[in-house]
Amino acid sequence: MTPQDYKALGFKCGLEIHQQLETKQKLFCRCPATHYSPRFDAEILRHMRPTLSELGVYDPTALMEFKTKKEIIYRIERDTVCTYEMDDTPPFMINDQALDIALEIAMLLKLKLVSELHIARKQYLDGSIPTGFQRTTIVGVEGSIPFLGRTLGITQLGLEEDSCREVSDVGHTRVYMTDRLSIPLIETVTEATLFTPAEAAEAAQVLRWLVRSTGKVRTGAGAARQDVNVSITGGTRVEIKGVPRIPSIPALTHYEAMRQKALLGIRSGLTRKGMQPDRFEANYKDVTALVKRSHYRPMRTAIDNGNRVYAIHLPGFAGVLNTEIGPGVPFAREFEGRIKVVACITDLPNMAWSDAPEPTLAGRLWDRLKRESSASNDDIVVLVWGPEVDAITAAKEVAIRAREAFEGIPSETRKALRDGTTYFERVLPGPDRMYPDTDLPPLAITPKRLQQIEAGLKPRPWEMQDRYVARGCKINLAHLMVMDPRREVFEEVIEKEITDPCTAARVLGQTVRYYRRANVGIDKVSDKSLVRLFELFSEGRFTREGFSAILWEMAMTPESTPDVVVERVYPPAPEFDSWESQVREWLDEVDWIRGNPQTEFNLTMGIAMDKLRGRVPGKEVARVVRGIIEEGREG
Amino acid sequence: MSSNADDFKGYDGAALECLKKFKVRVWADAEFGTTRGAFRGIVLPRSETADNDHIVLKLVTGYNVGISVDTIETVKEVGYRKANYKIPEKAFPVSPGKPDVILFGTGGTIASRLDYRTGAVIPAFSPGELYGSVPELADICNLETEKLYGVFSENMGPEQYIGLAHAIGKAIKDGKKGVVIGHGTDTMHHTAAVISFMVQNSPIPIVLVGSQRSSDRPSSDAALNLISATKVAAESDIAEVSVVMFGPTSDDYGLIHRGTRVRKMHSSYRSTFRTIGDIPLGMVDPQDIFTFRDDYNKRRDDREVTIDAVYDDRVTILYYYPAMRPDILDALVDLGYKGIVIAGTGLGHVNKPLYPAIKRAVEKGVHIYMTVQTLWGYVQMYVYDTGRDIMELGVIPCANMLPEVAYMKLCWALGHSHDQEEVKKIMLTPVNGEITDREPFDGYLIYQGGIPEVQEFISKIHR
Repeated sequence: MTPQDYKALGFKCGLEIHQQLETKQKLFCRCPATHYSPRFDAEILRHMRPTLSELGVYDPTALMEFKTKKEIIYRIERDTVCTYEMDDTPPFMINDQALDIALEIAMLLKLKLVSELHIARKQYLDGSIPTGFQRTTIVGVEGSIPFLGRTLGITQLGLEEDSCREVSDVGHTRVYMTDRLSIPLIETVTEATLFTPAEAAEAAQVLRWLVRSTGKVRTGAGAARQDVNVSITGGTRVEIKGVPRIPSIPALTHYEAMRQKALLGIRSGLTRKGMQPDRFEANYKDVTALVKRSHYRPMRTAIDNGNRVYAIHLPGFAGVLNTEIGPGVPFAREFEGRIKVVACITDLPNMAWSDAPEPTLAGRLWDRLKRESSASNDDIVVLVWGPEVDAITAAKEVAIRAREAFEGIPSETRKALRDGTTYFERVLPGPDRMYPDTDLPPLAITPKRLQQIEAGLKPRPWEMQDRYVARGCKINLAHLMVMDPRREVFEEVIEKEITDPCTAARVLGQTVRYYRRANVGIDKVSDKSLVRLFELFSEGRFTREGFSAILWEMAMTPESTPDVVVERVYPPAPEFDSWESQVREWLDEVDWIRGNPQTEFNLTMGIAMDKLRGRVPGKEVARVVRGIIEEGREG
Repeated sequence: MSSNADDFKGYDGAALECLKKFKVRVWADAEFGTTRGAFRGIVLPRSETADNDHIVLKLVTGYNVGISVDTIETVKEVGYRKANYKIPEKAFPVSPGKPDVILFGTGGTIASRLDYRTGAVIPAFSPGELYGSVPELADICNLETEKLYGVFSENMGPEQYIGLAHAIGKAIKDGKKGVVIGHGTDTMHHTAAVISFMVQNSPIPIVLVGSQRSSDRPSSDAALNLISATKVAAESDIAEVSVVMFGPTSDDYGLIHRGTRVRKMHSSYRSTFRTIGDIPLGMVDPQDIFTFRDDYNKRRDDREVTIDAVYDDRVTILYYYPAMRPDILDALVDLGYKGIVIAGTGLGHVNKPLYPAIKRAVEKGVHIYMTVQTLWGYVQMYVYDTGRDIMELGVIPCANMLPEVAYMKLCWALGHSHDQEEVKKIMLTPVNGEITDREPFDGYLIYQGGIPEVQEFISKIHR
């Protein structure tokens, strides 16, 4: 699809980017904000009940979650969790380090900063936070970044605590790990002015680049997660939650737009038939006795386990549940999701319908069920099964979702799946889930604090990149250097013109980065030592090929100065001072291959570089070796 | 715009001036032009304990932010939306077969909502509100509620204790089958103790309940505590004063603690209430009540009860510390205190320099009783010479009565008499378990984390 096609569709997308901050401690307690661990020492159990918002209203998500009646188990490990995360101790004052980082990023996003922080409780009744709410606060509102030749509005930046990691969700039991809980997180919300799936991914990249350029955010799996809001003309906002990788954004947003288009199609199909939502009635009843002899395995197993089967009569819905709303995804999946999430019937399949293309119950039985419900040919019957209470919830939920087909697109949050499609997660929450946190007083953000942060503020990444490029650095290397943890070394090296920017960028962005990832202790080497190393390089003490061996040695012996390490790795070797004269000797060693100049060259280079690597540039050696071989051929 | 006090609720000083200057009220939807940019939102009331330099706005996203008065250049009111924070009231259903229970409110976080005056939570309840938020209560009983007081538990005092005792007496006369008392948790054990003394020989359960997490939180313990307490009041045969609160921190079951042996043991844990020096009376979950023992007063059908609501507040607790100087004791006596409960070290000791002051106090007619600051265990003053010397001076050991319980009991005893022998008799004759003959082997179980078998236990059992 072209941008024009998305425009015709009215595609609009906004991002909420969650990024963990690199702090020593968690946001509201003194637990270390460090590692995740699958092991745990204890479990506690909690239930969640909906409560009123500050303006005296119940949030729809809260009521939906309450219908689900989940037992929530939290796994707790001694090293990562204290009584705060368990909600058995009130919060401590907000982590200053985290607040300063959030303010710094808010400044980079040119947001209007608030003068006084008010901690709010954002209700999450799914249990992902043991309190039942996330402590969150707004740091700034209404900023912008330059984007694709225009500006992208930033709605707000919030500072909040991270939630638990879900372990499992089966039936009425949901299990969470608490290690990630309460790690400081910023949420950057963009305006919904991204008009193609590609733009959405690009904006996520730019924002990631910006936060990483501070060097104060966490990286690695799960450290940044995107929520993506998508809508099309005639529809409503749908939020795709927890997209872990930016490259999956285009497919997810595209399929979501297509899903919404299909749902609008279903709506117009129903209205065309003259059906009206206020006159739509979907009745349900227990039909266990009627279907108990069916051979349809999933349902039969459920009945054998003492579960009940309910039939819901959906008038006018013939063919509708089979309508494709995604690649290979029928409309029925929307119902399946509701049954799974709201009624906690997690074993799939959890429903069957009378005109499904796949074989389920015998045709005769469907006919009987339709007769019992007085269903016409234009109607269908849906079956759900589960423990009595859940089956009734499921039947009601099917009726609710069917009625929502008349609205078109229900406001939902949806879970991102690997194949680019999404799955119902919950009803979209609104502002009514916000409540002031009565445990913490408001905190004034003093002008002095802002001045201090402003004084240390780095240019924005695209400004930095322009500067590096102006100094002669290639743009792709400059892009990486902006968010490199050794950026300060790079800046000093190019500022003092110690060496050319591309060499410095390659050494820092490749060799140093590689050693850092391999965890060989390169982080113990100081910035000062690295700068000195570049000086030694520019003095001609070693060649570019030498960086790898020297940096390895520096990582192994961080207490040694670069001068000492270079001396150790490449001791002065007078015998190589006139290395050109030795090339003929090396050539003699490969005498046996004479006649094949390319192999001869390769083998000689091998011998030569073993001795000369790091001392003489490979290019230079190659020139001399090739010269002598050619000389010999001529002679 | 006609102005009334609520128009600027909580605002004072510069912030109040600013609102008045721009003619903007609380609950106004307003646009603020500031040096940091424009902000739009609903002006919220301000907590009185917060500074006078900021105005609070609720943004359209639901978030609240503070705007510094110094930065405000213009304000324009564009609308008005007053919050109506009200738990949906539904008429509490009455079923003929269910027992009648009365819930007395004294305050605390069991049923609460936001208070803009302090920015904290305040109590709010009626049967309708309770039914709206905890509909399970209707499955247990026919509930009537009566708000006696609206105070945090630290503000409970003699007036409230006496009023509460009489209200309970009346409820019993009226034929209620159970009494539940909603109470702040901080001094719940003080009230439980004093009510145990003031209301004797009750035919029905009298249950104190509260919550450690206010009921405006999704994970609050209020609902389960209320369900547990109401169940004990309506259905159990424990005709005593008890405290029913979370057993573990998990949402699992409540423990039924005898009113004279219970103590709040953690400043914030849900499972803060523990029975000290004994085992609890039992446990309760939404399905069942289990009792661990049989030695409690059983429910009766009559409406007889002894209300003995007297109190003398000229009593103090002296928490002993090493090198305590005698002048503090002299000062207490000179200030007119009539009773002193000492929380002594170990088996019930204080240092020698205090002896003359104790002697002087006893001679002046002050009643001095010894308890232990270890909480668990008996005062045993005959074991060491120190103890014998102190008894010799006229200090009376209180066996295994908890210090706070001894305090409440001495206040109550001095309400009856100031005669040394008479008071001693009242103090040392247990009313309901405040002194026990025996300490069971499992009355002192403080598991220590780290021990392998404890780790194994907590990894298997939800605590």
